[in-house]
Amino acid sequence: MADDFSPSTLIFAATLLASLSGTPMLLCRLLPPSRAQLLSTVLMLSASITGLSGALLALISGKTEHFQLPLSLPFGSGEVGVDPITAWFLLPVFLITGSAALYGRAYWNADKFPETVCKITFFFGLMSGFMSAVTLARDGITFLFFWEIMALAAYFLVATEDKKPEVNSAATLYMITTHIGTLALFALFPLLALAAGSWLFPDAGSLDATSTLATSLFFVSLFGFGMKAGIMPLHIWLPSAHANAPSHISAVMSGVMLKVGVYGIVRTLSFFHGFPLWWGIILLLAGAVSALAAVLFAIAQHDLKRLLAYHSIENIGIIFMGLGVALIGCSTSSPAIVMLGTAGALLHILNHATFKALLFMGAGSVVHATGTRRIDLMGGAARFLPYTALFFGVGAVAICGLPPLNGFVSELMIYIGLFRGIQGSGVAAAADALAIPALALVGGLAVACFVKVYGIVFLGTARSEEHTAHHEAGWQMLLPMGLLAAICFIIGSAPALLGDMLQRASSEVFPSALESGIRLVSLVPLPTLSFVAAALMLMIILLALWYRRTTLKSSRSDSVTWGCGYRRPTARMQYTASSFAEILTGLFAFLLKPEISKPDIAKGMFPPSADFHNHAPEVVLELIYTPLLERLYQRFLPIRRLQNGILQQYVLYILITLVLLFMSDYL
Amino acid sequence: MTNSIIHIFLAILMPPLLIGVIGKTKALFAGRTGAPFLQPYYDIIRLLHKGSVFSSTTTWIFRAGPIVALASTSIAALLIPFGAHPSPISFQGDMILYAYLFALGRFFTMAAALDTGSSFEGMGSAREAAYSCLAEPTLFFALITLSRLSGSYSLSPMLINISFGIWLNAGAALLMLVGGMFIVLLAENCRIPFDDPNTHLELTMIHEVMVLDHSGPALGIIHYAASLKLFVLGAFFVHIALPYATGNPYLDWGLFIISMLELAVVIGVVESVMARLRLIRVPQLLVAATILAAFSTLLVIR
Repeated sequence: MADDFSPSTLIFAATLLASLSGTPMLLCRLLPPSRAQLLSTVLMLSASITGLSGALLALISGKTEHFQLPLSLPFGSGEVGVDPITAWFLLPVFLITGSAALYGRAYWNADKFPETVCKITFFFGLMSGFMSAVTLARDGITFLFFWEIMALAAYFLVATEDKKPEVNSAATLYMITTHIGTLALFALFPLLALAAGSWLFPDAGSLDATSTLATSLFFVSLFGFGMKAGIMPLHIWLPSAHANAPSHISAVMSGVMLKVGVYGIVRTLSFFHGFPLWWGIILLLAGAVSALAAVLFAIAQHDLKRLLAYHSIENIGIIFMGLGVALIGCSTSSPAIVMLGTAGALLHILNHATFKALLFMGAGSVVHATGTRRIDLMGGAARFLPYTALFFGVGAVAICGLPPLNGFVSELMIYIGLFRGIQGSGVAAAADALAIPALALVGGLAVACFVKVYGIVFLGTARSEEHTAHHEAGWQMLLPMGLLAAICFIIGSAPALLGDMLQRASSEVFPSALESGIRLVSLVPLPTLSFVAAALMLMIILLALWYRRTTLKSSRSDSVTWGCGYRRPTARMQYTASSFAEILTGLFAFLLKPEISKPDIAKGMFPPSADFHNHAPEVVLELIYTPLLERLYQRFLPIRRLQNGILQQYVLYILITLVLLFMSDYL
Repeated sequence: MTNSIIHIFLAILMPPLLIGVIGKTKALFAGRTGAPFLQPYYDIIRLLHKGSVFSSTTTWIFRAGPIVALASTSIAALLIPFGAHPSPISFQGDMILYAYLFALGRFFTMAAALDTGSSFEGMGSAREAAYSCLAEPTLFFALITLSRLSGSYSLSPMLINISFGIWLNAGAALLMLVGGMFIVLLAENCRIPFDDPNTHLELTMIHEVMVLDHSGPALGIIHYAASLKLFVLGAFFVHIALPYATGNPYLDWGLFIISMLELAVVIGVVESVMARLRLIRVPQLLVAATILAAFSTLLVIR
């Protein structure tokens, strides 16, 4: 290997390879679609492996590199680069897109979906490549270019089945919101250029966070990137888009694309120093509200993928809480808290990508087998999908943040950061003290929600003949799930493996606050966690072996479930997802506003057949935004005459605007 | 080392005794002689030798439920200090692990209940899910108060720190914590007024209804794990409510055992003089516990 070899080469090659991985699909004349899909998958897998090794090498070496792009734009030349923050975000990007590509070959096979396979494979490659490219950009204009290509490719992916009206409306909603977000970014980068004096990104920690310009930068980036990340109340596009996209697309969007939004915020924060306390408190509050509200909405859902989408919002909330903890640490100048908050948030980004992609793939496998997304129609899937059930179970335990899986480690870091925060005084300590029980409640509710999902979908008996699962997914779908489940397990039981990389990436985000060189390992006992995880697993295995021996020795018989005196329990007597969630949705009805139609069964001597129905609306969208926008629309109706669909007039508008702009120079 | 061995020894052997003491207390209140103190041990050993009946709808999750519950509770037992003695395993942030291990056990117990496909067990599972997450914030408010009072991030220093001196300084906060944590202790262990382990009507139960279909060794494990959970959560509570320490290691072990037995008697008295609450009232009481604990946090952080 040459001396001047740099991991950036691998990363750039992987980015290019991923973006182009869909091109074989365009050569339909030369290649049969199934061949072309195979070639695309191979390209995407090699991009993924190259990119992952590049990102890992970059994290291990900790080098920062910059490269000029030979562009002749009026804004100056573009720049791309690789540093530990970028490399850390590239880990989920390449891990998840590679897994999803393999999964997608079986899930969206060219033989079964000949009409849409070209579109989905092409845009999948484009989105994957440009998600990576966004994290590489080092100036505002290049960033916006890459960002738009990523966002638009995602639109076409959501709209894969655009013949269905609900898919179409989900995709349109996504398009509208993503462009509102982009609009904010159009404001962000000129403001940043104003603050930094150039379109290139300023050095880390070089801008003063107390200025008015910095305040506006903070809010604009929170709005623009928060829209993409799906923080409440900007999350409205997310549930329907994730539910209606094909499952491996939902896996990538939820696992990775939301994180690109978080990347934007992390990158913006890294430009500043001297944070005022309220920045941290706003992030902590936004995170806690998102996490709590989203997990409550998730509990009330009946659609498997919609439910998972709400959990993405919850986890983005937890990531924001971590960043908030770090910022509070910066303003109270305690490096330990900064390190814990940042490392917790960064690790949770990788963890959430892993288990959420795993869960969406598992959901896809169930939807594939049962033909429905409605949880209440499923049941007993574990019997026919044993591997999917196992992997989904790992994902479910991991997303609840339970030991010994990966979600626990990142939440533990954020918790310890908060616990260190309460030793301080004033508003910072109070905010930290309130965030701890909020995070605990989120954890408890997540357990309730995933017991519901796992129990209703996989356990018990099938609730409808028509939607009984019959066939397990093929190896191309199971292998990525198994890989992600193994990663959940490895990060959970040996977090020390990532310790140094996390340290490097975190120090890059807040270099001025962390220059004292505080070690992450001295704050979180990562090796002890491995020991405890091993003890727990050993205990479980020993007990299981002992139990197996005891039951084999003594008599055993099989019978039906005890039905309280009824001879044969039927599948319809089982608890459903709605009945499981009833207590909690009842307690939080003031927020969830569930619509329940409950017929009066006990009326009359011969009650007729009755029908129970409940539905949890997307409260923010349906009860706040839509009525508000409707009123705005009515109010501004006269102005709409300007938009008349005649192209010539639009060109005239441009001319008039230009003339006015030129004139303004002389005024 | 000796202390660690005594710790593990106590954690393994003593839990069912608490159930025996509670039963005896209730019997005395009712004017009966009651079962011997060691009855829970006999019951568990008898169950371990029995055969099993499995419902044909169940999968491996049903068998994993009791095992994971016992394994996670026993790891939690290693994290909590008993009396004045530090726990065998102690590290920064172990209080979070302590709380989350119970959640892990609960996850599998509830999933195992849903695995039977019975409406009753689904009902128990739904109730457990709802009520346990309402109990979660109380425990964490208590941890915040304790962490702030001791300035540490680990259960052993946090709990051993509490002494009569601290009670004199922060008595109001600790008193509210005692109230809140006692409610949570009863709720988490499914005691009256939240749940009645002895009732024979499935419609009213929480924990017992989740394990209707478990039999033989699995039921034995469940009973043992439940008593261990009472023991481990009780040890946490005893630290706050009865912070005696003499300085002599052996006397301290004796004191710990006596305080745990006192706790069992108190639970027995509560169970004898109270009736089970209506299920609608359960969330209200749990929220009241959270508010008590929140007040105690407020008092120490202000």
